[in-house]
Amino acid sequence: MAAKRKQKSQNIFEALGKDIAEIGTTFVQGDIKTKLSYIIFGIGPLLRGQIVKGLAYLAAELLFIWYMAGFGWKYLSKISTLGTVATQKVGRKTVYGDNSFMILLFGILTIIIIAAIILVWRMNIRENLTEEQLLKAGKTLPTNKRFLSSFLDENFDKTLLALPITGIFVFTVLPIIFMICVAFTNYDANHQSPTNLFTWVGLENFRSLFSFGSNGFAGTFLTVLSWTLIWAFFATFIDYFLGLAVAMLINKKGIKFKKLWRTILVLTIAVPQFVSLLYIMKMFANDGLVNAYLMKWGWITSPIPFWTDPTLAKITIVVVNIWIGIPYMMLIATGLLMNIPEDLYESARIDGANPFQMFWSITLPYMLFVTGPFLLTQFTGNLNNFNVIFLLTQGRPQSMKLTGNAGYTDLLVTWLYKMTVTDTNYKMAAVIGIMVFLVTAVVSLVVYNMLPSVRDEEGFQ
Amino acid sequence: MKEEKYGSMSKKRAIGNAISYILLILISIIWLFPFFGLIMQSFRSYSSEYGGMVNYIIPKKFSLDNYRFLMSGETNYLLWYRNTVIIAVIVAILQTIIILCVSYALSRMRFKGRELLMRFWLILGMFPGFLTMICLYFLLKQFGLTQAGAVPGLILVYVASSGMGYYVCKGYFDTIPKALDEAARIDGATRARIFFEMIIPMSKPIIIYTALVAFMAPWCDYIFASYVAFGNDKSYNVAVAMTRWVWTNDYQGYFTRFCAGGILVAIPVTVLFMALQKYYVEGVTGGAVKG
Repeated sequence: MAAKRKQKSQNIFEALGKDIAEIGTTFVQGDIKTKLSYIIFGIGPLLRGQIVKGLAYLAAELLFIWYMAGFGWKYLSKISTLGTVATQKVGRKTVYGDNSFMILLFGILTIIIIAAIILVWRMNIRENLTEEQLLKAGKTLPTNKRFLSSFLDENFDKTLLALPITGIFVFTVLPIIFMICVAFTNYDANHQSPTNLFTWVGLENFRSLFSFGSNGFAGTFLTVLSWTLIWAFFATFIDYFLGLAVAMLINKKGIKFKKLWRTILVLTIAVPQFVSLLYIMKMFANDGLVNAYLMKWGWITSPIPFWTDPTLAKITIVVVNIWIGIPYMMLIATGLLMNIPEDLYESARIDGANPFQMFWSITLPYMLFVTGPFLLTQFTGNLNNFNVIFLLTQGRPQSMKLTGNAGYTDLLVTWLYKMTVTDTNYKMAAVIGIMVFLVTAVVSLVVYNMLPSVRDEEGFQ
Repeated sequence: MKEEKYGSMSKKRAIGNAISYILLILISIIWLFPFFGLIMQSFRSYSSEYGGMVNYIIPKKFSLDNYRFLMSGETNYLLWYRNTVIIAVIVAILQTIIILCVSYALSRMRFKGRELLMRFWLILGMFPGFLTMICLYFLLKQFGLTQAGAVPGLILVYVASSGMGYYVCKGYFDTIPKALDEAARIDGATRARIFFEMIIPMSKPIIIYTALVAFMAPWCDYIFASYVAFGNDKSYNVAVAMTRWVWTNDYQGYFTRFCAGGILVAIPVTVLFMALQKYYVEGVTGGAVKG
């Protein structure tokens, strides 16, 4: 594996070397049109009659110059300090200084755009090379019309993916890079742009996440992290096995109204969670229905603190989550159970196996094998299961022992949300976000390699 | 002898079935109870009984007070409802189109960087969604798409990143035999024609599934919607607006009103879901197996 990887990285360097060599030889051997294209993008294709391609390259270059001159450079030049001129009040007027937020955001954008334009430049050189080679071989260049219509045929993928990739870049990639950078700054309530500047602080935030002092987050972080993992484990596996059990119960031979039972359970998926979960939250509240009836019947004298006692709140959440999770698992299991060949059971029955043995040696291995990837996505989904926690407890009960507004039922993501919205402690929110990513990535990698369906695909058949 | 054994087996089966039915009925009661409570309390008379928490489930007097309150225009309920419907419908349409495009490209076409792109998106998906909230907020603010403009802003955010949710749909496309494509290409059909005239008509179940999931998500979105619409009552969606009634202590008597509003939200979504249930089941089962 390691050797393979090493070879791969070698290949990358080799390819890069070849690339640079090609840029050089194309320039030396190319005609004047090609040489001009090194400075003025697309001039080669334009002079060879490839109007559309040429104009596209030229437009890219002009846009880039316009962007850098009017916008990009202003931000990029300040990215090492994130601004030095603070906003001041002169008399009654506020004179705005540098806006650290914008400098960081557009600085990153500019760096990416520069990388992109280098790529375009490279493509433009390759284009010149192919055109020259084609002409040298005595062939004609494809017409402009042919070039345009290729976007509906062999280049259709580019047409289809252009918009989605742009959307993901602007609304996901750029913000994530930005937030990763924020983790290395002191952007928080005291350094809010545009009134105040923030700046780079190196690994300071990570140090405070892992330090146990009065200002450190380590104690809280460990509490929240361990609950997140415990929660994800129970939420995933309890729901999985109970859902499987319910599915088998409904699928059992001789049970009537199968559709009715299923429909009743599926209601939970259909009704928007904010309605059902908020109602259930109120049901278990101190003045809620459950406590009210228990007191009326004289079973208890004071309300059971379903949401205010740390341990009880955790248990209640897991239980309520069963209510949400079973129907989903039931739906998936129902379809899969029918796929198990009936003769497997038949031969087991002849061998004298009881139902439990059949479940243990036929149903369960089959289900685990088939739903392995599903279990993994469920687990990582539960690590980030914001809705259930937030609608039920908002992370409460809170405690003075925990910093950063965290409560005993907070997951890393709900803590992150509180840091952002309540505390406006953006730098720590960013650090926690990176931690969530690390946890998810590590769990995914480890489990993925353990999955039977990945480890040996032929094993089950 | 033989007969007796047979008899005891059928007896055993009968007992087993009886236990199963008892279990199923118990499960049904537990699963339906919250909805039963929700409906009952939404009909509790606001004028004669308290609108907050009480210690009984069947109201003493049934009335439509709460529903009347929602329709009366005392709050912006109808506006919130309209916002949510607009967001859900537009997101469902655009998101489905985008997911279809991405899935077709990734399933049918082989281009440079395809594997890399898929791996990159997989890694991106491991970052928590709210991490980028602040940044998105300021991005939207640049274009005036927060507070008063929150509705189009939210649509933009939901739709923009939807390309990453292609898994289930691509899995479905992968099951359509490639030989069909090749035959069509030999006949001179372009990729675009194959997509529009062959694949899409064959993908009705997955289109319905994708649209249904996309339609249902905005109804529950609290986090992002509350952040983008911050403080602007008129651009709230139902989830943001009504969650306040339950959480904030200023709204003590609003609990039954929340129940009524929740019922009105749940009815259309539930009916739609139940009608299209078949496609949903197909989608999640297929998605679960393929990961």
